[in-house]
Amino acid sequence: MHKISNVASQSPVVSLRNVHKSFGPLKVLDGVSFEVDRGEVLVLIGRSGSGKSTALRCIDRFETIDSGEIVVGSHRVSDPKLDLRALRQDVGIVFQSYNLFPHLTIEENITLAPCSVKGISKSQAKEQARQVLAQVGLEDKLHQYPEQLSGGQQQRAAIARSLAMQPKVMLFDEVTSALDPELTGEVLKVIEALAADGMTMVMVTHEMGFARGIANRVVFMHRGKVHETGPAAILTSPATPELAQFVGTGL
Amino acid sequence: MGGSLNANHLMFLGYGALWTIGLSLIGLIGGGIAGFIIALCRISPNRIVRLLSAGYVQLIQGTPLLVIMFLTYFGLPTLGVTVSPLTAAGASLTIYVGAYLGEIWRGSIESVPKPQWEAAEGLGLSRAQRMIKVILPQAMRIATPPTVGFMVQIIKNTSLASVVGFVELARSGQIINNSLFEPFLIYTIIAVIYFALCYPISRISRRLEMRSGPARLSLGTA
Repeated sequence: MHKISNVASQSPVVSLRNVHKSFGPLKVLDGVSFEVDRGEVLVLIGRSGSGKSTALRCIDRFETIDSGEIVVGSHRVSDPKLDLRALRQDVGIVFQSYNLFPHLTIEENITLAPCSVKGISKSQAKEQARQVLAQVGLEDKLHQYPEQLSGGQQQRAAIARSLAMQPKVMLFDEVTSALDPELTGEVLKVIEALAADGMTMVMVTHEMGFARGIANRVVFMHRGKVHETGPAAILTSPATPELAQFVGTGL
Repeated sequence: MGGSLNANHLMFLGYGALWTIGLSLIGLIGGGIAGFIIALCRISPNRIVRLLSAGYVQLIQGTPLLVIMFLTYFGLPTLGVTVSPLTAAGASLTIYVGAYLGEIWRGSIESVPKPQWEAAEGLGLSRAQRMIKVILPQAMRIATPPTVGFMVQIIKNTSLASVVGFVELARSGQIINNSLFEPFLIYTIIAVIYFALCYPISRISRRLEMRSGPARLSLGTA
């Protein structure tokens, strides 16, 4: 028993093995494999349509895969009998368009899932909401509605909402793409703080400077394949001409 | 027979108008319940449920309310089920209004942006929780103006209940006219009463429509 738990703690939190996926005739993922260890930050980069967002969404089963295997912690994501709700309690996802619930206050946005999914008490959930909002620097916005916040604040609130579920992995899908540079900065700072706290993260981003600073591992996707992978250093000294061209235009 | 319009006639019309309102409320409540169920069936993950509810909507939207009234009032007794004019009119309106409100509400639910579903899903909410806590509150705000607008249709359509002998506003006008022979005067009065019932509702509907954009903000500061 001891041995098993020991093995589990060493095995990767997220692993994709030879994942294939097509949308109709279009092959989006063509044998994608990568692993994310505990506390690691993996950054997915690549051109639009390279499959990076699809790969990310497959991890949370927002897309089903045609073949291959995806494992997240103890969840076999590629198993049709997967307990979806259990998976989603362990995986937090933040989207490009924030997707806060507009009819609820920030506090209600944050307490909704802990109360109705985990069944914790209202007062406990409110206390937790204060904590996660403080973590993203928005403790004064508790009783505001999403549209009263700036884009950057909304995105930070969305991150707080995910954090309140105490996920084991956080997925970020181009979370700063809808924001201007100033607002992007405040969101990236929050993500950096999470990384420093040891949160396991997979993120799709176009912010190359940020990726260089935060990534433990970079996966460059090209035409549905992992074209090049390695530490953040590959962004400054790429091995393949495709990545060289990509970071050349990206920087 | 004959004579001129007097207070008793007006009382009778007022009584008819009350029944028009009553029948409208029956149609709204019955049709509202039916419509809610149909809207949920129309977006069900189960294909058969979706097809059946879509078939129901198509069938009812392609059938005049008048014919539905005839079927329930004159058709059902031939099958051994006798119904009163009120039951026939109420049931017909429920069937009819349910199909239309079902479609209005399905559209409202589907016009809540898809990422809202995904965000709720990503947080681990069950389908019922997503529906009740995230989607329906937003759909209700979208649905309110067209629903209020449709109430005008319900009120006007209750006049068809006169064909099954139900004495609502239009029928009470007919009855008075049968004794007074003043069709222009009496039907003008009837028209004015219908207008007085419908106009405020159309106004409310229009105001709600204009407000539906920034409505979230006004709720936010409340």
